[in-house]
Amino acid sequence: MENIVIIGNGVAGISAARHIRKLSDKRIIVISGETDYFFSRTALMYVYMGHMKFEHIQPYENWFWEKNRIELVRGFVTKVNPENKQLIIDGSRALHYDKLIIATGSKPNKFGWPGQDLHGVQGLYSKQDLDLLEVNAPNKEVCKRAVIVGGGLIGIELAEMLRSRDIPVTFLVREDSFWNGVLPSGESQLINEHILEHHIDLRLGTNLKEIVSDGSGKVKSIIVAETGEEIECDLVGLTAGVSPNVDFLKDSGIEVGRGVKVNRFLETNVPDVYAIGDCAEQHEPIGNRRPIEAVWYTGRMMGETVAQTICGNKLEYKPGHWFNSAKFLDIEYQTYGWVFSERGKKEYETHFHWRHDTEKICITIAFNKEDNTFLGINTFGIRMRHQVFDKWLTQGRDVDYVIEHLADANFDPEFYKHYEAEIVSQYNSENGKSIKPKKKSLKRIFQLS
Amino acid sequence: MSTYDRSMALTGQPPKILSRNQKLATLLGMTGLGIILLAAFNVSFPNKGLWLTLSLMAISAGTVWFSWDAYSNKLPGIKNDGVWFKSISSKGFWGWIAGIALTGFYIVLYFYPEYLGLVKDGSNKGVIGLFDPLSRMLSGNPASQWFVYGTLYTVAILAFGIKFMWKYRHNRYERIRTMSVMFFQTAFAFIIPELMARLNGDKILNGGSLPYYDLKNVWPLNYYNFEGYRIKSFLSSGDIGFALLIFGILSVFVITPILTYKYGKRWYCSWVCGCGGLAETAGDAFRQLSDKSVKAWRVERWVVHSVVVFVTLMTTAVIYSYLGTDTSKYWLTKSTFLIGVAVLLTAVFTWVMLFKREQLQKDAQYGAIGYFVIIMALIGMHFFSGDGNVFLFKSETLRKSYSFLIGSIFSGVIGTGFYPIFGNRVWCRFGCPMAAMMGFQQRLFSRFRITTNGGQCISCGNCSTYCEMGIDVRAYAQKGENIVRSSCVGCGICSAVCPRGVLKLENGPLEGRIDSNQVLLGNDVDLMTLVNKK
Repeated sequence: MENIVIIGNGVAGISAARHIRKLSDKRIIVISGETDYFFSRTALMYVYMGHMKFEHIQPYENWFWEKNRIELVRGFVTKVNPENKQLIIDGSRALHYDKLIIATGSKPNKFGWPGQDLHGVQGLYSKQDLDLLEVNAPNKEVCKRAVIVGGGLIGIELAEMLRSRDIPVTFLVREDSFWNGVLPSGESQLINEHILEHHIDLRLGTNLKEIVSDGSGKVKSIIVAETGEEIECDLVGLTAGVSPNVDFLKDSGIEVGRGVKVNRFLETNVPDVYAIGDCAEQHEPIGNRRPIEAVWYTGRMMGETVAQTICGNKLEYKPGHWFNSAKFLDIEYQTYGWVFSERGKKEYETHFHWRHDTEKICITIAFNKEDNTFLGINTFGIRMRHQVFDKWLTQGRDVDYVIEHLADANFDPEFYKHYEAEIVSQYNSENGKSIKPKKKSLKRIFQLS
Repeated sequence: MSTYDRSMALTGQPPKILSRNQKLATLLGMTGLGIILLAAFNVSFPNKGLWLTLSLMAISAGTVWFSWDAYSNKLPGIKNDGVWFKSISSKGFWGWIAGIALTGFYIVLYFYPEYLGLVKDGSNKGVIGLFDPLSRMLSGNPASQWFVYGTLYTVAILAFGIKFMWKYRHNRYERIRTMSVMFFQTAFAFIIPELMARLNGDKILNGGSLPYYDLKNVWPLNYYNFEGYRIKSFLSSGDIGFALLIFGILSVFVITPILTYKYGKRWYCSWVCGCGGLAETAGDAFRQLSDKSVKAWRVERWVVHSVVVFVTLMTTAVIYSYLGTDTSKYWLTKSTFLIGVAVLLTAVFTWVMLFKREQLQKDAQYGAIGYFVIIMALIGMHFFSGDGNVFLFKSETLRKSYSFLIGSIFSGVIGTGFYPIFGNRVWCRFGCPMAAMMGFQQRLFSRFRITTNGGQCISCGNCSTYCEMGIDVRAYAQKGENIVRSSCVGCGICSAVCPRGVLKLENGPLEGRIDSNQVLLGNDVDLMTLVNKK
């Protein structure tokens, strides 16, 4: 019986394991140094905020693994020897594999700031980071102020977490507007305002110079690069992005760039070794996607794909139309297709932006200014139907069609206020058109004949 | 392990700290309860009307003030910070105290009302005496333990309903739904039946008197609706009485199926029902305590459907017992009635087995067959074993044990008393025969479903954790499947707490509603075909 070993029990590794089990009777071993059981990494924040206990963020009950004959091993893989198909766990135990899947995910970036290894300085990625946060910032007496460095998704989540315990937060963001490398300016501005509404001390265009020790190895304060200002704090959250967690593969012969280099079949340069999820780096980016995608659902999809390949259906990794979602404090964000920020915008791309007068609700629609093809949409405070946008993107609809049928795509709960009329009228007046919004049609939505 | 404070204190570090306003509000509310408690110890209040008003006002104002302070200075959004740190909402010390206190209250209420001051053939004392003025104002009669209970129940739904609407003020579905529940409780369950009692003996009822009837209470939740004494009262109360009887029958066989087909059972369970109303308002703080394990689900299916069988047998037996045998007097006789029941059950059973069998779990199929055989055997035995007791049981024994086991112990003592331990929908999930029957239809023949939004799910677990019915919503959402579960009451909280906008309650075509295929969008089409290959 073939021995499949998976390093990492995150969504990529576990998806691979589950699908290999569905397709075959192979022996499956999953190794993790982080936790006994698979959990949802994106939900760690809710454990700190008291919305859920840790057991709630584990998607499968504990009996699931034995029942499906997925063997779980606790430990860190310290070395991989592809020559004799062996790996070493915790520097001592050896394990043989016939096929190896590397799914080790990411680790928080550290950019060599002075003091970055002091007590009270941490990232937020793993279960261990969560436990550490309970030590560093259990309440506002122990942690009188926190400074967060890096304005991305994890940064704003960490800010929300700390605010749930009334801990004052200073949020250093390198860019001059929050996440504006990804979001168009109107949306980025809306989030800036929302961060301030939550009493978070947002410092835009601000960099960290150094982290100061209190003399006993614990953080005392940080120094701002631009002004030299010293901010006293008990916690420094480093949330300036993540990078693949692949240091243990050094000298293994497996090709590593920033991540483990893979082809479209998720194969590495070494036969029978695959890499999936956050730690995999495509030789060539796929479409507009980045070569390394640290996104929940791409990890899942790579796991499903590699399972097919390993079970004899050699299959290329072909992600469909780009989509994603996030939540910024109270504001939900969804995106379908590509909407680039001013920085990343293509030369043919132009935007239509609508924002509600008083509420924190807005949308941005990207389209091709030459032929009016719809390229993508960002929504804040409005939920959209994935299936509908996926269909429109496949059909290559033009922006007028999308504007006209916007009601079909709405996914807000029943009785919510709808904004299609306002959106369409602004679109009409900006573009000199006279589109009348179509009423929502169950027939179109559910694709009935 | 986490190192957060596990002290038994009611108030501690944020997010579970109580503000000064909240402490004062708690004091005010407790004062209101204190008045009732003093009355229970037979402190005789001089002006009962005034003291009762003060007490109920203090309870309501305390609750409303508390929640205003909790939510008014926060931005609209999900308010679950610290739910699992507070001992009241995480089966901690205060949770157990509340559970024991509530359970004790229900035991006294159902079985020892004399301790609440109920006096037969005399003027009430204690708590019930305190409520006499209000009862006389509404119905003209002195209060009973049920009037006391009904009043407190309504106050709880109203006060905690306001809390709930503030908590979810960004969510219009929740606000409208809660207003509906508050309306139906106040008007239909509380005021209208009391006013109807004023008509008793009046000439528009031909001098008859109507039984106490909460019009929105449908059989089999209202398991006693077709008992002999009630039928007699209905039939002796002129056209109005007759109309009410017809309404009672229509609400079971016509209104409920139509509305359940169109909207799912939520039209009742989380928009109209009083049990659901209390669960959604006063019980909201406990929704996360429901058991989500597969084991609990299995227990749920067997227990709740057994209650359905029990109530069907019991009602059939009770109706049978008072029907006559002479066709010349009345067309509905003992035998026609039993044959009618048998035909109806066979029709439903045949339809399910012919057209919907593949939509049932294996054990549900066995269960359906088993139950069907039992009921048919009992009816058959009755016909072939000559006269005697219906189904070998005395109808009165059946009725009494149902009313004790299900009507009192299950729906009251366990169903509500154990809110802080098992969650707020224990009765609805494990015990309510009405919910089970509508659930059966919801699963097989309804436009309602919770749509999963393509591939957006991140398996975080908020939906499952906050599902009061213990449905593992995430198990479906992370596979891209719609959630079509018979137990779903459509409260909409899974959709509200989802941080990625994955879930939407909606009514749509039956076609493609239950799709057990994995339709995770974003994936390559070839891959999806392979994944779905069985």
